[in-house]
Amino acid sequence: MYEFFIEPLTYGFMARGLLVTLIAALVCALLSCWLVLMGWSLMGDAISHAVLPGVALAYILGAPFALGALVAALLAVTLIGAVSRQGRVKEDAAIGIVFTVMFALGLVLISVTPSQTDLHSIILGNVLGVSWADVAQIAALAAVVISLLLVKRRDLVLYAFDPGYTQAIGLRPALLSGLLLLALALTSVLALQIVGVVLVVALLVIPGSTARLLTDRFTSMLVISSAVSVTGAVTGFYLSYALDISAGGAVVLVLGFLFALAYLLAPGQGLISRKKKERTGA
Amino acid sequence: MTQTHTSQPLLAAQNLRVNYGEVQALTGASLTLKAGEICGLVGMNGSGKSTLFKAIMGVVPASGQVSIAGLAPAAARRQGLVSYVPQKEEIDFSFPLSVRDLVSQGRYGKLGITRRLRADDRQAVDQALARVGLTDLADRQIGQLSGGQRKRAFVARGLAQEAQLILLDEPFAGVDKSSENMLISLFKELRDAGAGILISTHDLANLADLADRAALLRQTILMEGPPRQVLAPENLVRAFGMDPLASPTRED
Repeated sequence: MYEFFIEPLTYGFMARGLLVTLIAALVCALLSCWLVLMGWSLMGDAISHAVLPGVALAYILGAPFALGALVAALLAVTLIGAVSRQGRVKEDAAIGIVFTVMFALGLVLISVTPSQTDLHSIILGNVLGVSWADVAQIAALAAVVISLLLVKRRDLVLYAFDPGYTQAIGLRPALLSGLLLLALALTSVLALQIVGVVLVVALLVIPGSTARLLTDRFTSMLVISSAVSVTGAVTGFYLSYALDISAGGAVVLVLGFLFALAYLLAPGQGLISRKKKERTGA
Repeated sequence: MTQTHTSQPLLAAQNLRVNYGEVQALTGASLTLKAGEICGLVGMNGSGKSTLFKAIMGVVPASGQVSIAGLAPAAARRQGLVSYVPQKEEIDFSFPLSVRDLVSQGRYGKLGITRRLRADDRQAVDQALARVGLTDLADRQIGQLSGGQRKRAFVARGLAQEAQLILLDEPFAGVDKSSENMLISLFKELRDAGAGILISTHDLANLADLADRAALLRQTILMEGPPRQVLAPENLVRAFGMDPLASPTRED
């Protein structure tokens, strides 16, 4: 046991890797609950990809990644809004166009940058490459996002559930949706260092969806989502060490496995219990 | 509920226009509602009933003027004067929310930044639940209620809010008879306590009994007045080119 779980952590890079994996998994898990309830999975996919040119530019200019990501996320949302308002292009197409083009711009920016190693780790993640400075930055971002989400959690739930009523009682739906976008952009920056831009959406969608299958209470959903995400992240982290496989890939595979378990076995909602109900005619 | 200035209407909407792309949903609708009055809003599928509600609440951008209790709409909303019961198609009933959570949302406008309920808020929520007969079902997830109970839960949210202007979009659709009766007597109680209630409905048969006034909508208010007069068959035929009572109608 010691050999498998603790010994690797005596290497500084492993300890740092595990720490940021835990932090990112937790933040993604919380945000995931709202994204899933809002039907924002595609938006999560889009924003997490669209931050790439911002992050690349920030890298080139020596600015903080989070700042670059925020600007890029804002630009992506503005462009998506502008394209879908045109009328004939529906929102899902607008999202598809904007995020892939921005992602492509990110790839091009990376290809013209002399030092490509660090930027490649942005695309595929490099959890073992984080420095203590990165850990500090990730922890700070995580603290901001978690505080935002928990302080405004009731408003965000109301907004996800009934935006019309949210407006009627004088709260500001536009502000709340902006808040979620901000959380999404910051979370993307934080999570991409673990699993990379390409797989961030898995951390943003799978934990919340899994929890959705297992509970009818929002508070339990936050807890279950966090448990699923942290379990998946830590298991994947150790598997990647033990089997010498991609850490991001391993984390997402474990999350997928946990979702499949819930999908099949969830009481009441799972495939097996639904088939049983059909058979007994209940 | 405090009555505002008696001379000024609770709701005054003037010349509301809303376009969705090239579709004109409202083309200059005007409507007033006094405190202590129930107004039935009648129109066919696509006549703009939901859009009119959304324009009053400021959810969709509209040109024209809205004033609520003499205030600009945004100020009235911030004061918690406006409540809204959406039609059932707009709600995801598998949402992880209990009946009590739902009714508690009625208090949010009065609460601090985290919307944590205080003792008097919890009391208001309990009272609202009791008034709609859902005390025993308060901890159920909302999807586990019947159609009528669901609607009562949303009305309880408006009760907990203590709003003056209550907008109800198709409150009787998919509702059983006993819930319908309970809702009707609740609406009358609220009206008698001074609230102004605007109800969109297909349920023309009961409207004369429920509403003090009716308005016919087809992209604009074609006619308004006493329900029996407005809903006379010749008016309905003139307004819609058909008699809605004689044919099955669909929902918006």
